[in-house]
Amino acid sequence: MIRDITLGQYYPGESWIHKLDPRTKIIGTFVFLVALFLVKDFWGFLVAVAGLALVIGISRVPLNFILKGLKPVFLIILFTFVINMFMTKGETLVGWGFLVITREGLYNAFFMGVRLVLLIIGSSLLTLTTKPIKLTDGIENLLGPLKKIGVPAHELAMMMTIALRFIPTLLEETDKIMKAQMARGADFESGNLLKRAKSLVPLLIPLFISAFRIAQDLAMAMEARCYNGGENRTRMNAMRYSRRDLLAAGAMILFVVLIVMERNLI
Amino acid sequence: MSIEVKNITHIYSEGMPYESVALQDVSFSVADGEFVGIIGHTGSGKSTLVQHLNGLLKPKSGSIFIGDTDITGEKVLMRDIRRKIGLVFQYPEYQLFEETVHKDVAFGPNNLGLSEEETDHRVREAIGLVGLDYEELAERSPFELSGGQKRRVAIAGVIAMKPEVLILDEPTAGLDPRAHKEILDMIRSIHETEKNITFLISHNMNDIAALSDKVLVMEKGQIAMMGTPREVFSRGPELKEMGLALPPAAEFMNRMREKGCPAEASILTKEEALEALLLRLRVNREQVAQ
Repeated sequence: MIRDITLGQYYPGESWIHKLDPRTKIIGTFVFLVALFLVKDFWGFLVAVAGLALVIGISRVPLNFILKGLKPVFLIILFTFVINMFMTKGETLVGWGFLVITREGLYNAFFMGVRLVLLIIGSSLLTLTTKPIKLTDGIENLLGPLKKIGVPAHELAMMMTIALRFIPTLLEETDKIMKAQMARGADFESGNLLKRAKSLVPLLIPLFISAFRIAQDLAMAMEARCYNGGENRTRMNAMRYSRRDLLAAGAMILFVVLIVMERNLI
Repeated sequence: MSIEVKNITHIYSEGMPYESVALQDVSFSVADGEFVGIIGHTGSGKSTLVQHLNGLLKPKSGSIFIGDTDITGEKVLMRDIRRKIGLVFQYPEYQLFEETVHKDVAFGPNNLGLSEEETDHRVREAIGLVGLDYEELAERSPFELSGGQKRRVAIAGVIAMKPEVLILDEPTAGLDPRAHKEILDMIRSIHETEKNITFLISHNMNDIAALSDKVLVMEKGQIAMMGTPREVFSRGPELKEMGLALPPAAEFMNRMREKGCPAEASILTKEEALEALLLRLRVNREQVAQ
């Protein structure tokens, strides 16, 4: 159950997408996310879906693996959908008292839902095809210019690396503690909301203690190896753009042009 | 009560690129009151196997009979199963969470819906069984105890549920020799007082040899050997091939034999080894005297 969460998880592979420079993928994801908010209408979404489908196809990450990652955010999507459906003013389709579904509302809700789904899939593709360590190398490099104005780029990237690195560890820990408490008769799956929230206490307290323990151990291990920030650090694998990245950049530009055309011309 | 495991198979992350077969066609049976030792190197499926026994994991195929009920069936109440089968995980002290030792040990009994007096009674009894002083520790926070004490409190939390089957997954991992011995003596005395079925997973062959009636050897998700400690540990070369070892006393006697000292092949414990060596000395002395 807890293993189903794919957000922030890496899916091992050797595909073209996996081999792209992390910086290209970060910029690409960012462009994709911004483009999603430029999209106005059906055709734009079609382009976005097609683009995403193409990337998924090339990356060879199984679709059902990606869709599993949507499960935990399903409620948020549903909530957005419902809010949009009822809260938009316009031509009334159906109405019960103060609850009114408008044509515009339905339209907005649908597109907002699709937008969210695409947003999540788009960003999870980045982490699915990029090892966390490469991802943060990329982020650090992209933030490099900001170091001049005092942004601690390396430290930020390191924090992110650690956070990403420990998602699976903490999930595993959660799974373990959950099982241990279930073996003592704890029930996490039934009862009303209050009861369920209460039943989380035996899970959360040991989990917090574990998290602090892990953090302490990690800090100690880093210090033992004389870690002291970004100054003068070199890399084992220096990042280099290749022809692949040029091609990807071309695809990205084409994508943006299509989206902008849709916004302004149709 | 007896346990009958029939052809269970379990696959982790089925359908994923990193899917792995954790258990393959595992069958065995355990009679009432037996002490079962489980050995096997890391990743051989020991922990996966015991998690099946109380329904935390469901097998992909096969069945598990606890008494007369098949716990892999659809209609079984998990609460009933978990009441009958207590599972103590590796490093159980990491599951402690309550403000006081008493409350923590009472967590299991409370979940069973027992009355307050009954819970209180069981908590006292369980804390006593694990060799701790109830009056001294009951109102203290479990987090301020020593490592060995924490672990005993955690084990008491499972024992307080009065399981008919007690499973311990490496209960002595990471403890110092003294705490190790205390935990082991505790396991032995609980087994003797409660007369339950006990499973012990351990990498310490000495403990396995000393306590078990029956030993299961796991290898790559399958049962490689099964039998009395004497049967299993008489197959030293095969065990070594699997990355396992013999109890130190058995290993010692084997080396003695290689050096030309005649001794029985079936020695498992320090005591037996000592006796055999003394006997040998006595025979030698008599020969010299003659």
